Amino acid sequence: MGHQPAAGEGVAVDVDFRDIQGTERFRRLRRTHRSFVFPMAVFFIVWYFLYVLLAAYAPEFMSIKVFGNVNIGVLMGLLQFVSTFVITAAYVSFANKRLDPQAEAIRDELEAEIQGAAK
Amino acid sequence: MNTPASLPLAVAAETTTVGNPWVNILIFGLFVAVTLVVVLRASKNNKTAADYYAGGRSFTGGQNGTAIAGDYLSAASFLGIVGAIAVNGYDGFLYSIGFLVAWLVALLLVAELLRNTGKFTMADVLSFRLRQRPVRIAAAITTLAVCLFYLLAQMAGAGALVSLLLGISDRMGQSLVIVVVGALMILYVLVGGMKGTTWVQIIKACLLIAGAFIMTVWVLAMYGFNLSQLLGDAVATAGGNEALLNPGLKYGVSDTSKLDFISLALALVLGTAGLPHVLMRFYTVPTAKEARRSVVWAIWLIGAFYLFTLVLGYGAGALIGPERIASAPGGVNSAAPLLAFELGGSLLLGIISAVAFATILAVVAGLTITAAASFSHDIYANVIAKGKTTPEKEVKVARRTVLVIGVLAILGGIGAQGQNVAFLVALAFAVAASANLPTILFSLFWKRFTTQGAVWSMYGGLGAALLLIVFSPVMSGAETSMIPTADFSWFPLSNPGLVSIPLAFLLGWLGTVLDKGREDTRIQAEMEVRSLTGVGAEKATSH
Repeated sequence: MGHQPAAGEGVAVDVDFRDIQGTERFRRLRRTHRSFVFPMAVFFIVWYFLYVLLAAYAPEFMSIKVFGNVNIGVLMGLLQFVSTFVITAAYVSFANKRLDPQAEAIRDELEAEIQGAAK
Repeated sequence: MNTPASLPLAVAAETTTVGNPWVNILIFGLFVAVTLVVVLRASKNNKTAADYYAGGRSFTGGQNGTAIAGDYLSAASFLGIVGAIAVNGYDGFLYSIGFLVAWLVALLLVAELLRNTGKFTMADVLSFRLRQRPVRIAAAITTLAVCLFYLLAQMAGAGALVSLLLGISDRMGQSLVIVVVGALMILYVLVGGMKGTTWVQIIKACLLIAGAFIMTVWVLAMYGFNLSQLLGDAVATAGGNEALLNPGLKYGVSDTSKLDFISLALALVLGTAGLPHVLMRFYTVPTAKEARRSVVWAIWLIGAFYLFTLVLGYGAGALIGPERIASAPGGVNSAAPLLAFELGGSLLLGIISAVAFATILAVVAGLTITAAASFSHDIYANVIAKGKTTPEKEVKVARRTVLVIGVLAILGGIGAQGQNVAFLVALAFAVAASANLPTILFSLFWKRFTTQGAVWSMYGGLGAALLLIVFSPVMSGAETSMIPTADFSWFPLSNPGLVSIPLAFLLGWLGTVLDKGREDTRIQAEMEVRSLTGVGAEKATSH
């Protein structure tokens, strides 16, 4: 196969990562990660394309004036900015609270194990 | 509609120069001098390959986020989007939104996982658990293709700026300036490596965002901080053309142009997370957590900037008017500099143009170092020398590649003069979203993904995107084409994303399910564990 660990200088080759991959705590970390990022990714893509499709096929709707010269199109465009900022803030707080502690626990244990095996 | 304040500009436009060229050159020279000192200081510690390619992985999230903004907010964003909004009204706004929302793909799905598994280049991640040779070669080729496309756009922007600012409207003179920009860029990258390039980008991002902020506040102040009044005046200046505020002025004319709009939207939102020079920036921070912080910084800075472009675009429309912008030297791309002159005369124009030049210089430097790293690390070190090389030799090859790419960029830039730069960048995004993103996502999230799937997806996506561009109205068959005299176009859309991106995803899936071989589950496990936990990730080098 000719695989050289591309960036794996820190990891001893005799650790079988399949064992770790199969543990309940790693699977929980992966579940936690995916249960947030996948639905969120689907949500913002759908929301973005809703905006794009409305602009392309419902220009009359987007042209309705809300106040002064500001129409629904401009407001929906600005809402895309707001939603991007909100999703970013939500992800950071989620990652700091839920992902980082789990990842750190597994990493610390694994790195201690690798160092122990190297001695 | 000519307001009295715009009269000096009309006079200036007749002599094909705006403002005082010497002020422009002086301010630009000052920027070059300051950044050169910074680059020289930063380059003192360039010893290893990690130093040269990844800035020693010693930047903080805030610094890197600012540098990402500097890398991303290219001349396309500044000159192209402001011009597109000024002339096409609401339809130009899509660029701003697409370029920003795209960062969520990078934040949620790519940045941290990539930082945890790679070393220097995008190919490090893609070839991690697949067969090294074919995947690395494919990834390096797509990296070089995207970088070259992006470089063309930047160089075209440089040409447009020059024609406006220095009053050089003949091709010879413009080409000469492109040569100067190219030579400066080569110097930065050769001497400074990633560290020097990063500092140039940080300085430039601060200048660009500050400059855009001042102009935005200025424009808003003229309208009593009333957005509605600004929009109303933009309509009035355009001769009462209400369509400026509504979607569809550019893309609403036919069913084909509506599809083109959707194609552009798709390419913009999926392109960012596949841009090699953006991905490479994630390796300049010490940990995945810092990579996350960088993206958050980048999103705030980039988001703020794109909000400014809305005001600047309609401001240019209101104060100068679409007709005068379109007929100015430099065309659509000159809306932002013209607005600066309208607001603050020669001095503000000089500052804003110097910032725009700096923008081009910094982005071009970032692209060049990415392309050079990809060639020397992926093609030279891992394929030609089969890993039997020293980091010193690798860096030497990278430096030589910088020279070659610099020359290519100069030649390409001379050829691509006169195109809207935001539009050219959108093509680079389409190529990145087709050739790179499917394989990045599959290899991070799909256990079963194989080498054959990766190779099919990358070559298929790249080939389809390039082929469709060649046979689109961009190349031939329309007045605005690169070759207006010929007509060999049969693909109706000017952006290929709508076809080439789904095709690349499909090919990645098809190549995998038809692959009789299986990839090593042990390395797949290693990649997955490392990507989520950061075990064994490359650390910062210390000096």
